[in-house]
Amino acid sequence: MKPKSSVASRVLPKIGRGIVYALLTVWALIVLFPFYWMVLTSFKSYSSYNAEFVPRFVATDPTLANYGDAFTAVPLARYFLNTLIFTLSTTAVMLVVTVLAAYAFSRLEFRGKNAVFALFLSLMMIPNELVVITNFVTITDWNMRNTFWGLILPSVTSVFYIYLLKENFEQIPDELYKAAKVDGTSDLKYLLRVVLPICRPTVITVTILKVIECWNSYVWPRLITDDQAYFLVSNGIQEIRENGFGRENIPAMMAAVVVISLPLIVLFLVFRDKIMSGVLRGGTKG
Amino acid sequence: MKKHQWKAWLYLAPAVVFLGLFMVYPLVDVVVYSLEEGYNSASQSYFGIGLYNFSYVLRDPYFLQAVKNTLILVVITVPVSTGLALLISLGLNSIKPLKKLYQTIYFLPYVTNTLAVGLVFMILFKKTAYSDGLINLLLHAFGGPTVDFIDGPYWAKILVMCIYTVWVVLPFKILILTGARASVNPQYYSAAKVDGTSKGRIFTRITLPMISPMVFYLVITGFIGAFKAYSDAVALFGTDLNAAGMNTIVGYVYDMLYGNSGGYPSYASAAALILFAIVFTITCVNLLISRKSTVV
Amino acid sequence: MKIVLDHLTKRFPNRNRKIKEEVVAVRDFTIEIPDGMLIGLLGPSGCGKSTALNLICGLETPTEGRVFFGEDDVTDLPPEKRGVGLVFQNYALYPHMTVLENILFPLGNFKGDDRLPKEEMKRRALEAAKLVQIDGLLERRPSEMSGGQQQRVAIARALVKRPGVLLLDEPLSNLDARLRLATREEIRRIQRETGITTVFVTHDQEEAMSISDLIIVMKDGALHQVSKPQTVYDDPVNHFVASFLGTPKINSFAGEVRGEMLYIGEDAVLPEPGVKDGPVTVGVRPEGLLPASDGPFVCELSRVEVMGRDTSIVFTHPAFDGEAGRAIVDAELTACLEAGPVRFALKPTKTYLFDAQTGERVRNASGV
Repeated sequence: MKPKSSVASRVLPKIGRGIVYALLTVWALIVLFPFYWMVLTSFKSYSSYNAEFVPRFVATDPTLANYGDAFTAVPLARYFLNTLIFTLSTTAVMLVVTVLAAYAFSRLEFRGKNAVFALFLSLMMIPNELVVITNFVTITDWNMRNTFWGLILPSVTSVFYIYLLKENFEQIPDELYKAAKVDGTSDLKYLLRVVLPICRPTVITVTILKVIECWNSYVWPRLITDDQAYFLVSNGIQEIRENGFGRENIPAMMAAVVVISLPLIVLFLVFRDKIMSGVLRGGTKG
Repeated sequence: MKKHQWKAWLYLAPAVVFLGLFMVYPLVDVVVYSLEEGYNSASQSYFGIGLYNFSYVLRDPYFLQAVKNTLILVVITVPVSTGLALLISLGLNSIKPLKKLYQTIYFLPYVTNTLAVGLVFMILFKKTAYSDGLINLLLHAFGGPTVDFIDGPYWAKILVMCIYTVWVVLPFKILILTGARASVNPQYYSAAKVDGTSKGRIFTRITLPMISPMVFYLVITGFIGAFKAYSDAVALFGTDLNAAGMNTIVGYVYDMLYGNSGGYPSYASAAALILFAIVFTITCVNLLISRKSTVV
Repeated sequence: MKIVLDHLTKRFPNRNRKIKEEVVAVRDFTIEIPDGMLIGLLGPSGCGKSTALNLICGLETPTEGRVFFGEDDVTDLPPEKRGVGLVFQNYALYPHMTVLENILFPLGNFKGDDRLPKEEMKRRALEAAKLVQIDGLLERRPSEMSGGQQQRVAIARALVKRPGVLLLDEPLSNLDARLRLATREEIRRIQRETGITTVFVTHDQEEAMSISDLIIVMKDGALHQVSKPQTVYDDPVNHFVASFLGTPKINSFAGEVRGEMLYIGEDAVLPEPGVKDGPVTVGVRPEGLLPASDGPFVCELSRVEVMGRDTSIVFTHPAFDGEAGRAIVDAELTACLEAGPVRFALKPTKTYLFDAQTGERVRNASGV
């Protein structure tokens, strides 16, 4: 073998790797850039932002004034609190509903179990867009527009999460249930003390996915609320964009955007592996 | 035994009640709505039963515009995002240092609020009185023409819509494909290495066939997702999408239901059913194709 | 506590729904288990042993028949009211709880007046842990322990309620050979110390033989024999029991009795006084075949396997049921063996006759 080719075989992969890294970095920058831009803009003062025909890539005179505006000129704190209430209550109720149903499917015996489960699964194919029309009418008829109940109720069940939990519950060996039965453990106690602790990773995954979904939900809240006192952050941001601040105050807008994006980004950085493996196991957006 | 049955239904009751109220009943109801002609939501009365709602929707220029926009979006973003995701995931799997960092960064858009980041995209692409926007300045620097992507010509608006959609859907696809590639048994690659298989052959003969089920899965879910595009458009062009000429089918459904042009649940239902029919057909075709090509 | 099973039958619907016929897991099972004994419930896998155990502990209800603990009919009682402890093959420990929490768990289910004060619960848990010698590992989690240790925890958890009956479902099958021996001794010791009536399900005949006071042999849901371990081996009631117990397996031949003489092939091998003429299945334990130059039974020698203390002679015979038979003999007896025919004498006490059709034991005038 010629020495030259061995040099090539040592150098070529290095060049190849360099190109791969370069391309990956380019994409990383494309992903990060909007985040950088919103943070950057949020620290620019209104006047300096509008004075820059060519926007600067650093804030020469950083200010926190926009964050103040975001909370005072528009009810951002209100939107925030609403979203928090909505997210926490929806997720909590959803967990109770789905866990109970998943336990019934995985552990309890009843006639027609397979048929009912098949029916549940077939509901997974139904797109939300198809049922949202009637739900809108139903909630309106119940006088639940502009209430938290109206926001929460239609989204407290998820067939997909029932399915995910049921599959997980079924992996617990039968013997554990038998042992618990011999010791006189009730089903509810077995569910709370044995099943849930063992399946904690899946329960956490489901919780996080639901929290993300709730925090970002836009369509249903928009249909069901027109009173700003019940706006969630998504609707809030749209409201800010269309009518907020009285003038086109982009730095303040960006401050609001940063504030509403931050909680989920922090949540993601903390639970990175849980979220990514949860989504990998079949979560889809929307 | 009887007592047991009772208990199971008790556990199931909340799910059954909620699903019945907000999934099963609406499913029947949406069909009923779509067939009630001249439904008036104020008096809750209608003239007759028939297919008029469907023919109205199919002749409504706003709906046709929405279908056109949605189709363009689907045709462009599904292949582009799947291809890009494939490239990026291959790149990710070929490196070791910094892999985790890149994965984390690439996943970020998944957890961010579509509307919030859409606002940032709008600012980057928009031409205002104060500034041409960063993208236009870049175009100008490279000698290109400047254009208002948000309020300008149709092609520019569609382009920025496609770019934003790809940016939003990529994290999920990258994650799935990276996972699929990582779960291929490494022994195949060891065997290929021992046989002196070239990189190209390894990709076409090992990697691609092994991850093809996941690629098909992404194409199918990608089609479904893209057909349901809505909030991305709102984020970029505001809530009055008809005026911007950038409405999507889902947007049309919601606009018919509620808002300035709302109050027509029958038209909304008809449009939603048409959307469902389109998505259902395309999914079936996709499944057929994927079955055929995986058998071969 | 005495356990009485009275005509116990359990039928399940067939898993394949197209087949209407029900599966009989336990068939007309009647037995009285005396108080304080260690019982080995032995049978091949799928014979209904575990179902029998589940009927005793109440996880299954019988289709017909009754279960008595002492004088009480417990057939309709749920498991927790029966006072039984159950130990599983895969231990079934709660993975998220420590050893102590696992042992305490059954006590936490006591309600009303039965509820024990915290101190008493802890004291009992420690007592149970001490009994199975895991009191040094109380804060560990199951995943941090060996299989043998986990099985001890499972036993402690079963014992902490002070059950009247302890049921062990294949408790040793998941352990490696060395641990299996040790744990088996341990179970014997614990049973002796507590005096709890214990039923021990296993498919391993050696396991059952070595520790049981009494062995129940089951097949296809039916009870075949209940005897002391040595008796089951030395005096099997039918061909199944004879061939299921003993390693190497009993040698079976097609034979015939003519004029109170047993023939295998054309060799008249053993007088059988009082046995009617007709075809029989002959079972000869490997140690019942003695090589002898004037032996009446002629076989073809295949090979000789040396095992140290003993030697095993592998032979073939046209009437043999299977590939090749085995005789276990003292090592010094085989020196003279060469290829070709080998002659055996049959030990009368190690040779059993069975009905050629039913497999039931056929006894001669002296009872063998």
